[in-house]
Amino acid sequence: MSGVSKHLRHAAVGAAALAAFGIGASANAETNLAGKTIQWTIPFSETGGSAKWANFFAPLLGEALPGSPKVVVRFMPGAGSTKGANWFQKQKNGDGTVMFGSSGSTQFPYLLGDPRVRYEYKDWKPVMATGTGGVAYLPAKLGAKFDGTANKLKGEKFIYGSQGATRLDLVPILAWKMLGLSVEPVFGIKSRGAGRLMFERGEANIDYQTSSAYLKSVVPLVKDGKAVPMMTWGSLDSAGKIVRDPTFPDIPTFKEVCEKTDGCQPSGEQWDAWKAFFIAGFPVQKIAFLPKGTSQEVVDTLTAGFAKVKGRADFEKISAKRLGKYPMFVGKDAQAALARATSVPDSAKAFVKKWLKADYGVELK
Amino acid sequence: MDILGTVLPALGDAFGLILQPSVLMFLALGVVMGLAVGVFPGLGGIAGLSLVLPFIFGMDTVSGLALMVGMVAVVPTSDTFASVLMGIPGSSASQATVLDGFPLAQKGEAARALAAAFASSLFGGLVGALFLTFFILIARPIVLAFGLPEMLMITIFGLSMVAVLAGRVPLKGLAAAGLGLLVGTIGEADAGGSLRMATYDIAYLTDGLKLVIVGLGIFAVPEIVTLLRQDQSIAKDAVLGAGWLDGVKDWWRNKMLSVRCAVIGVIVGVIPGLGGSVVDWIAYGHTVQTTRDKSKFGSGEIRGIIGPESSNNAKEGGGLVPTLIFGIPGSGSMAVFIGAVALLGSGDLEVGPQMLSANYLDITYSIVWLLALANVVGTALCIGLSPTIAKLTTIRFTLLAPFLFMLISFAAFQSGQNLADLVALFSIGLLGIFLRRFDWSRPAFLIGFVLSNPAETFANQAYQVAASKFREGMASGMEYLFGPIVIVLIVITAISIYFGIRQAKVIMAEGEVKSGGKRAPVIFMVLVGIYFVVSFYNASLISDRLITDKIFPMFVASVGMICVAIMLVMMTRRPATDTIFADRESDGGGSLPVHGLWPTLAWFGFLLILTSLAGFILALLVFLPAFMRFRAGLSWTKAGIYTVCSIAFMMFMAWVLNREFPPGLLQHFLELPWPLT
Repeated sequence: MSGVSKHLRHAAVGAAALAAFGIGASANAETNLAGKTIQWTIPFSETGGSAKWANFFAPLLGEALPGSPKVVVRFMPGAGSTKGANWFQKQKNGDGTVMFGSSGSTQFPYLLGDPRVRYEYKDWKPVMATGTGGVAYLPAKLGAKFDGTANKLKGEKFIYGSQGATRLDLVPILAWKMLGLSVEPVFGIKSRGAGRLMFERGEANIDYQTSSAYLKSVVPLVKDGKAVPMMTWGSLDSAGKIVRDPTFPDIPTFKEVCEKTDGCQPSGEQWDAWKAFFIAGFPVQKIAFLPKGTSQEVVDTLTAGFAKVKGRADFEKISAKRLGKYPMFVGKDAQAALARATSVPDSAKAFVKKWLKADYGVELK
Repeated sequence: MDILGTVLPALGDAFGLILQPSVLMFLALGVVMGLAVGVFPGLGGIAGLSLVLPFIFGMDTVSGLALMVGMVAVVPTSDTFASVLMGIPGSSASQATVLDGFPLAQKGEAARALAAAFASSLFGGLVGALFLTFFILIARPIVLAFGLPEMLMITIFGLSMVAVLAGRVPLKGLAAAGLGLLVGTIGEADAGGSLRMATYDIAYLTDGLKLVIVGLGIFAVPEIVTLLRQDQSIAKDAVLGAGWLDGVKDWWRNKMLSVRCAVIGVIVGVIPGLGGSVVDWIAYGHTVQTTRDKSKFGSGEIRGIIGPESSNNAKEGGGLVPTLIFGIPGSGSMAVFIGAVALLGSGDLEVGPQMLSANYLDITYSIVWLLALANVVGTALCIGLSPTIAKLTTIRFTLLAPFLFMLISFAAFQSGQNLADLVALFSIGLLGIFLRRFDWSRPAFLIGFVLSNPAETFANQAYQVAASKFREGMASGMEYLFGPIVIVLIVITAISIYFGIRQAKVIMAEGEVKSGGKRAPVIFMVLVGIYFVVSFYNASLISDRLITDKIFPMFVASVGMICVAIMLVMMTRRPATDTIFADRESDGGGSLPVHGLWPTLAWFGFLLILTSLAGFILALLVFLPAFMRFRAGLSWTKAGIYTVCSIAFMMFMAWVLNREFPPGLLQHFLELPWPLT
């Protein structure tokens, strides 16, 4: 009951505010969005992580914006999210009612020069970004051979359930390769959850999950002695250096493991490529955008709205429970996050393309 | 687990939670909304759930669950209306219902068919819930026992249903299934991303064709066009025969079939990643095999409705298992459901293994029983409505057709939000018309299409994992590939194919078709053959490095080419009256339709072209009155009223569901306000 009445109440408050001040008589410099509907387009289906992300923020944002507009989430899946992004590139309606949410899967094709990409991140106005981490883990038997280095795992044959080499899976696959592990990805699984199920069935014997999925589904396996954490991808500090993931302070990062493992070095072409794609895929995974040409006033209004959401007394509690512990960037921080996520050196791009072709025959043309 | 100590108290608590007035109210609200969405073909649980999502945030946990479960549960019940009355598979859950449901409606027994379907749905739902109450406790190890080889075998078992539904010429059924499998591979390969029969220049094709479009195109479009050409009502002579009470009695006489199919539904529904799409076909195949007199299947055998309908509601219950205890959705609507659960209450509830712990078992059980309760409420409503809705079958079809075409175009557009959706619907519809005309098994085609992706992915993945197990040693490889479940499934599949082929000749899943004249059937056969050859060549161009992307289409195309080649040889040797030359248009006798095929299709082509020029709503504004005036022969006034009502209805639906309409060229240049966008 409370859900419906709460909404009615917001509508009532909005209407009252409208009646009291009159349309357009907003006192501050912000754009009043009363009576408007913000369409937040997600380039994935209703079923994915981005849907969960947007559905979580949408009602909170509506509440926080001046005039309490309705925020609805629209889904436009297709072509690995490039369809929705191409659509957003053409949007000109900069009054704040058109918003877009991109994800690592939108960033990667852009960075790899996928032929379907007709969008340009530099044109868009970021208002909010969130990140996540990732944890790699092993079955108990193989986990016993992991001693903080991958040296004793080098003779093993690993099977990994993967969604595809050009997706976020690029980051773990490249990391394992750098450690000298022989990992054979089984491509074509539908979700990371399905990959975990393969691991649980003993068909895969190495896997990774993002932070929230790890906490929810893998920690119980670790407690039962069925899985052993191997490493996290780490987290970025303000200077852009990789440090331990604050959610998992006891698990070493890939960088640490690499330093100790024979033949792996956290420097050079390979490392730079890994780091660049890691940043684009994890610490800055999901970004909310306004279209090209949106006025600063509207950008400021939306930014302030997200800042207000972030500032809620209960935000940490509800977001941790519903979304997992994600770092959230607003305004200038979001801009900086976007810059980090999309400025990959050409050498890193070239390296990854060459490697994908050599190891998996995958060519983006 | 301690049954007396944990389960019974949890069950008691669960009933305490759900039998509250406010919870029941939300359940009823969910059911009514689900019904309203579900009766429209192509719009299923996902559309409904996204309707309630804005209200879910922070809602009391049990009330929110009631609202959502009510909606999800009722969709496989309500989509029966479209399957039976119009021959339109409302969702993948009701594909098989079309085969016997629609012929019954044509005999004027729509109310009977609907009531039998609803009684079976209700019963299936309840059996499913009961079974699930105990099964869920031991489900985890069972689900984990289903590895890739097991899933591959289930998929192959599903494909073996083609044997039953192949029609009178088994090779033709096989070729139809092969065509379905190949059409299912169009687009980007899952494994390596190679393109099959697609190019990046036509971005639409790279995602492959959607089930909604293929289902509507293969079944709905040919039926609509046929009915329209005859210019009659769906029920011949516009008379309604047997009523709803007969349907309930039919179900009662076949209650054991209903139990068996419900159990099939739960078990297949439990397997993550497969579930929904095959259940109704497996149930249909089982029904055919266990029925003594098979002659009436396809022309209105009531058991052909009871079987699949008993299984498809039970399947929803089974689908809860992977959703709740592994956090892996069994279907699209379950995925939205998982996302929405996280928004409920204080956000404590998270699907996963903990759903079976003592703390959450009561919530888990309330979900299971809310599902059962929603079935009861939904079915009661549906049975109550069915005599009224069955009257639709007595209306002159020409008046219904444009409205239906508007609805399925809208539904098709929702799957990809692209004008190309409508082009795809039209093209697949054309293929459906020819498959129907030359008596190529459309069910076989659809089974092939639905199982194409699972068959390819599971085969590739199982091969890869098996290869690595064989590297460990022969024994561990054999153990992996031929576990006890796989062996049982192989035996069942072999038996099912053997009996299927023996029985297929008797079963005319789509009624009797006459033969006569060689030219048209041969031309169509050659065209299908050419498609196989082109697909084969196209797949052979993929680099050998990406062998996983090419092996499946090449294999299927080879089988298809062999079938077509053998049939062409047969065609040269047999007389024009042989069943292989089946052609519905050859019929010289009385039942020839009033209107030709091409003028009828031209009307829909007209709507398509108008839409591509001026957008959907403006196109309807021209199409509907023109059709009503010139084809249906109504006065301008009546045509006008029809148009206004239809468009108002369409806009209301789209507005409530927050959906867009297909834009045309005009919208490319001009910014127009909704709904003209």
